[in-house]
Formats: sequence, C-alpha cells, structure tokens
Amino acid sequence: MKYEAVIGLEVHAQLLTGSKLFCGCSTKFGSEPNTQVCPVCLGMPGVLPVLNRKAVEFAVKMALAVGCRINPRSVFARKNYFYPDLPKGYQISQYSEPLAEHGHLDIDVDNTTKKIGITRVHMEEDAGKLLHGEGPEDANYSFVDLNRTGVPLIEIVSEPDMRTSDEAQAYLKALRDILVYLEICSGNMEEGSFRCDANVSIRPIGAEKLGTKAELKNMNSFKFVKEAIDYEIQRQIDVVDGGGKVVQETRLFDSARGVTASMRSKEEAHDYRYFPEPDLLPLIVEDRLVDKLRNEMPELPRAKRERFAGEYGIPEYDAGVLTASRALADYYEATVKATGEPKVSSNWVMGEVLRLLKEGSGDVKDCPVSPQSLAGLIKAVKDGVVSGKTAKEVFEEMYRTSQPAEEIIKAKGLVQISNEDELARIIDDIIKANPDNLERYRAGKTQLLGFFVGEAMKATKGKANPQVINKLLKEKLG
Amino acid sequence: MDITSLTIHELSERLKKKELSSVGLTKEFLARMESVEPKIHSFITVTANDALEAARHADKRLAGGKDITPLTGVPISVKDIFCTKGVKTTCASKILADFVPPYDSTVVRRLKDAGAVILGKVNMDEFAMGSSTENSALFKTLNPWDTSRVPGGSSGGSAASVAAGECAASVGTDTGGSIRQPASCCGVVGLKPTYGRVSRYGMIAFASSLDQGGPFTKDVRDSAIMLNAMAGHDPRDSTSIDAPVPDYASFLGKGVKGLKVGIPKEYFIEGMDKDVEAAVRGALEVLKKEGAELVPITLPHTEYAVAVYYLVATAEASSNLARYDGVKYGLRVNETGSLMDMYKRTRDAGFGGEVKRRIMLGTYSLSAGYYDAYYKKASQVRTLIKNDFDSAFRKCDVIATPTAPTAAFKLGEKVADPLTMYLSDIFTISCNLAGIPGISIPCGFTKDGLPIGLQLLGKDLDEGTVLKAAYSYEQATDWHKQRPRL
Repeated sequence: MKYEAVIGLEVHAQLLTGSKLFCGCSTKFGSEPNTQVCPVCLGMPGVLPVLNRKAVEFAVKMALAVGCRINPRSVFARKNYFYPDLPKGYQISQYSEPLAEHGHLDIDVDNTTKKIGITRVHMEEDAGKLLHGEGPEDANYSFVDLNRTGVPLIEIVSEPDMRTSDEAQAYLKALRDILVYLEICSGNMEEGSFRCDANVSIRPIGAEKLGTKAELKNMNSFKFVKEAIDYEIQRQIDVVDGGGKVVQETRLFDSARGVTASMRSKEEAHDYRYFPEPDLLPLIVEDRLVDKLRNEMPELPRAKRERFAGEYGIPEYDAGVLTASRALADYYEATVKATGEPKVSSNWVMGEVLRLLKEGSGDVKDCPVSPQSLAGLIKAVKDGVVSGKTAKEVFEEMYRTSQPAEEIIKAKGLVQISNEDELARIIDDIIKANPDNLERYRAGKTQLLGFFVGEAMKATKGKANPQVINKLLKEKLG
Repeated sequence: MDITSLTIHELSERLKKKELSSVGLTKEFLARMESVEPKIHSFITVTANDALEAARHADKRLAGGKDITPLTGVPISVKDIFCTKGVKTTCASKILADFVPPYDSTVVRRLKDAGAVILGKVNMDEFAMGSSTENSALFKTLNPWDTSRVPGGSSGGSAASVAAGECAASVGTDTGGSIRQPASCCGVVGLKPTYGRVSRYGMIAFASSLDQGGPFTKDVRDSAIMLNAMAGHDPRDSTSIDAPVPDYASFLGKGVKGLKVGIPKEYFIEGMDKDVEAAVRGALEVLKKEGAELVPITLPHTEYAVAVYYLVATAEASSNLARYDGVKYGLRVNETGSLMDMYKRTRDAGFGGEVKRRIMLGTYSLSAGYYDAYYKKASQVRTLIKNDFDSAFRKCDVIATPTAPTAAFKLGEKVADPLTMYLSDIFTISCNLAGIPGISIPCGFTKDGLPIGLQLLGKDLDEGTVLKAAYSYEQATDWHKQRPRL
C-alpha cells in the first residue's frame, strides 16, 4: 500500500449534570419537546448565562484523566451562526483559551500500545434538535425542540495521531470508558450523548506533510465510525490515484449506503466570528480545585485492567472484560474479597452473572445477586456442598428470587451427597443390578465407567459428588 | 405648586406624612401625561391599571408604616429596553413590537420591590442605537424645552418624561452615553453607574461589555435614592459586581473641600460650542469656590475612543441581535418560504436602518481575516483608554467635562449623517469603555434656553464621590430647579 491515513477525532460528550450549563433547566433525555426550557436557554431578550460549577468539575476531571494541563484561566467565546436549533444565534463555547490542553491517551491495538495526543478539552453548550414534519400538512415544516439546548458538553480534540480505523475505534472506546468510569457521561452514542467527528486525510507513506482533510460527521455508533473512516480512506486513495485532488470539505456518513457524501465545501464553510463572551467572566480554575479532583480521581480502566491481571493473576482477556465498567469491576473485586478465589470468581462473573444480566438491562447495578451472595455459592461448590453443575441451577434461582444460595440448596434438596458409606451402598446396588456390564468392564471395556457414573447420578438425582463416585467406582469395579 | 414637578424625596416626604396618597399621586401623573404627551411623545406603553394597582399596594404599605423605602408609592417610567413581566417590551423595534416577556428584569424587579409605581415604558432609539431617539421604529420623542429639537438618546423617552413631569424619575441604559447625553439635552440628572454595579439581567442587550442601567432624576439626591434601589450583585448576571452597596445618600452634603477635580485637556477643544464651554467652565469655578482643587490632567487616548467604541459595540451587537430570527418570538415574515428566506425577510422588515448598519459593521469587524485588525486591536486600545483613567485617578478624585459637545440639536439635523451623530457621544464614550461611573447634571442654558450638562466621572465603584461632588455643585446653583414650560 502506497498511502497511509491520518486521522484525528473530535469527540463531544454530554455531561451528566442534573441541570444545563447556563441555567437551571433539567438535562433529562427523552421528555416531551420544549418542556425543559426557560427564558435563558430559549435565548429570550435580555437574559444572561450563569455557569454551572458542577459541569466545570466534570470537565476538569476528564481533562485530568487524559493527562491534560488545566489552564488556570480559560475564556468562553461565542461561536456565531444562524440555525433554528440555536436560539441565541451563537453557541457559547471556548476557542483560543480552552479549559485544558496537552494531554494524551494510550490505546492498545494488535498487542501494541500507542500514545494518542490530545490537543485540548473545552466546554460548550449543546444545541437543540429539529424534527422534520412527516405528515401531509406539515411536510414543509420543521419543528424545534429546545430541551437539549444548553446541555453541557465537553469537546475532546485529538492530535492527528491515528493511522487506521481500528486505532480510531480503540481511541474512541478508551475515551468512552474513561467518561463512563468517571460517571460524567452516559457514553450512549445512539442517544447522542457521545458523538464523534473525524478528520481524515491520506499521504504517501513516509511523507511528513499532511494531505488535505475531509471532516466526517453523522457517525452514531462505533461500527459506523470504522465504516465511515474506511470508506473515506479508500475514496481519497481512489481520487488521488485517479489523478484528482482531495478537496477540503465536510462529508456526512450515510449508514444505509455505507458511504460518505459531501455536505459543504471549504468555501461554504461558516465564518463563526468567534469573540470572547462578554456575558461571562473568564473561568478561573484554582489549583485547590484541581488538586481536590485529582485526589478524588477513581482508578481508570487501563490501570485497573493492568492491576487485575497482575494482582489476581487472571488472563488479560478476563481483566479486560471485568473492567468494562466500574460497577462490574467493583462487583468482581467484592466477590474476590469474599471468596479469596480470583480465577473461580472471574469465571462466575464473566460466565453466569454476565449471561443473565445480558437478558436484562446489562447493568451490573441491577444484579439481584450480591457479590457476598455469589461468594456463598462459590464456597458451597468449593466445600462440596453442591456440584458445579447444580450450582448453575442454584445461581439462576438466586438471580430470580434474590435468596441466598444455602436456602435454595436446602429448600430444593440439592445438597450434594459426598458421604462415602451412603454412596458405597448405592454403587453396590448398581453393580449388583448390572452383572453383564461389570463383566465387560473387568474384561477391559473401561469406557463403561461412564455408564456406572451415570447410573449413580440417576439414582441420586444428580446430587452425588462426582469425585467421590469416581473414586468409589474405581475401587469397587477393580 | 404642581406636584408632578416635585422630586422623589419631596414626594416621599408627603407620602409618608399622608399629605398625599400614592393612588392620588399616580392619577396626577397620569393626568399630566394626558396633557403633555401629545407634545412630547415619551411613552410607548402606559400601564395605568397596573400602576394604580401598585399604587394601592404602596398605600397599604405606607399605611402600615413598615417596609417603606424612599421610592414606595413614587411613580416612575422605565425605558422600553427593560423586560417587564406581562407588559410589552419593544426596544422601540418592529421586530419586538408585540413581545411580552414572561419575566421581569432585575432592575424592574428591584424597583417594584422598593414600592415604586411603574407608569409605563418609554421611547428610545431602536435597540439603544442612536443619540436622538429618532431611530425609534415607533415614533419620535420631542425635547420638552424646545419641541423642534431632539431629547437626545438613546434614552430620550426617559429624559423627556422626567423633564416634562410625566413621572418622578426614570431608568435608562447607557452604552456610550445614552443616559448622560439625553439627561444633558433635557436638563435632568442622569447617572451611569460602574459597569457591573447594576444587574443587566432582563435588560435587552446592545453591547454587553458596555451596557449599564442607571437612573434619570430631577436632582442628585433622587439619583442616590434610585441607585440605592437598583445597585447590587445579582446571581443572574455573572458580570455584576459582588461588592457591598453603600447608602449613596450618605455621601451627600459632605462638601467638596479638598476634593481634586481633574480637568482633561482633551475634552476642552478648539471650536467647541461657546455656550457649552462657558457653562462648563463656569461650573468648574463654582466647584473651586466650594473648596475643590482643579487639577489639569491628560487622557491621551481620548481621540481613539469613538473608533474603538464603534468596533467593540457593533461587534457585540451583531452577535446579540442574532437571536431575532423569527423562529421563537417577535416578528416573523414569510411563513412559507425557505428558512433562509424567512431569516432575511424577517430581519429586513424588523430592523431599522441604523440597527442594520451596526450589525453589518460588527459582523465585518469580527470576520475571519479582519478580527485582528479591528476587534482585537480595538480591545487593546480599550485597555489603553482604561489605563489613561487609572493614571488620571492617581492625581484626582473625579474628572469634570462637558457631557456633550452641543446642546440638543434639531430634529432631522443629523439623521442623514451617521458620523456626525456618532460624535454626539464623543465625551461620554470613554467612560463606558473604561467601565467607570459618570453623571450628567444641569449646569446652565444656551442663549436659546437649552439645557447644558456637566459630566463628572469617578473611579470604579466610587459613585459615592461622584454623587457627593455633583450634589455640592447642585446645591450651590439653581439650574436643577428650572422646569420647561409646556
């Protein structure tokens, strides 16, 4: 391949504050249109913005998590353009003096770690939404819903450090994991609370100079981001190989057709006429606040994954699955703490727990079986009270009823029979009832051990301890 | 004696002594309005019923003898740039001709809380852009001293309504002189407080970094009374200053002995109006006689102030006025065309010529490739202008200048030439760029009988000293007692 792609991402993350960035309206998603609005977010005459301190804290947390330097003084700026979902005719954002700069994020692709530079993290307000009329009477109309107007966003701008769509996807996932870990963003791409634009260009391998970039928009899933970038890289290669020139433009991804299409050229690009927002004072972030937030910083996904692999001796893969969310990692750690069995706990959490959760919300916070309760079941298996197979049934029952393992085991009579005398009597009966098979076994057809085990299980309704059965059968069958 | 010519403190005394009721007083003012309004045209909206209701409430408060302020029961007017809950607020523009805000501006809220009776909303230049009130899209307001002349602007309705005795006081806004210049033209007292002293919440924005609300009154004591009610930090305005509000009336009567009054040479220039110069120089002599020390000072960047102002103010205005797009409220023209069509037609029909001119100027100065040369450079020069004042105030306590280069001019005289009109604010603009407080008080008349204003400028948040000096001058003269014959 003669070309390499150069990719930079601009990510917008909605912050999970209760109220909007510059007024007290709720940020709840999915309410009736225009029910979460006030004169301030409606841009009525004479109203003024007042900055939400919580949003600043959230933004600083993210900036710290990606190693940014927090600017002690940053400045809000107006980005001016006309659109019906922008009631003031400008968006309050940050421009030449952003909240934070010079960060980086490590990503893992194909077993190698790569450092992706982060240019800046800044704060801004979201715009509203347009709903286009569909009925015969309103086909020519668009309806404006301003519930989302003023919801706090952070924009995270990467350096053009990615070379493949896989790297872009890994970066995006790592970024989202951190946001979710920090509990400052839901990370939901479908609802638009985590959005991504990509700047893509190509250049001959070995070249220093960047090629002309296209900005890709409208990619609302990780899969679409990858598809759009792959399509765009190939498109640009085809243009250049065909003797043409890539033009600077904004392109929209069409997920139905899997292609990108030009939305506007550089000439048609807006001149946003940025200037410092005179209605807000410069944002001063004191060292004290930064230190406080740094101290409160939770362990981040990457560090936790490495610690799980090291401290618990579990495979990298398991560590990755178990640290997918902070709640799941906490659940696992609590289970390990109660059992002292990292690998067995990992098998249970990754297996039965996640399997049943996926049938519901998928959120471990909704798990009806507490780590302590799960530990009780794991202990029962270890102590030979129930077999591993029965334990899975028990777990399903625990999940359904929230009852502790011991009660279910007792109530259902599922206690494993490990008593050698009792099992020996049962085995004697089986041997007595199957003289032919005994003979054939003794003649060398040792596969028949399975038959005898099966009979023993049948006789005990599956409650026999398999190890004990095996041991006794081998002795008695001789 | 006509009680509509009395000051707030005179009316308040009578109200407290029950010589007057607020309802009776309100009716007097409404009657006065009826007789003079056909000549002056100050009011866009008269809220007689609301006013009488507020007056009844004030009378109860006065009867109860509790929670009474010097404004309780006193009728005032409000520039139609301050949002008033449930009452049309037009900004003298067609684009907001039917706009009824669902909220009160903080200034209006505070005045209502103090017990003031709001008689209605008064005329102004559209979006406060102008110096004569001729840019009102609704009608022209005339000067009570000479109805062939303008009342000044942009708060011309406020100044005229006070001068004509249609109300005891008014509130206006001052972005480049829009309180002080009309006060000067109409022979009343107009105070522009320090930027951030009075909340801008609910005050329709022209140029956010310059706009400041302030009172129009018949004398300096009233100005202190009004400022007491209006000033103070507002959590809804991030640029409002969180500093204690002194009792401004407590500064009055302390005299000016030893006070250093700076006289900037840049404000007394060759070719200035003879009557204005004579009146202002006479005023300086009075201050000297009262014990003040006159100190020559220099404000070297004064010559750039008008240019800086018309870059900064128009840039902010171009952005502030973007919200009037026909989508959410106000005028909408062309329901059926494209979105772009609706924007263009709405804004073309809704804005007057001067507003469009300033939107274009401001859009240009913020554009890519021009920002550094215009907006950014202007912001830098603005800092130099502020530095001029900081240096000057190391040598003096207040600065005295003429408020305006001329007395009120004729209607139509400057309409055709925007640049000449812009120069009406040549002495008032620097004060807004620096953010400092300034007052205009009557200091004489031209030979044609038109009022002349003396401007006193003070340090940041030092309205107290400005009011003290103004009061001292006022008490030594009779200009403030003159009333126009209508």
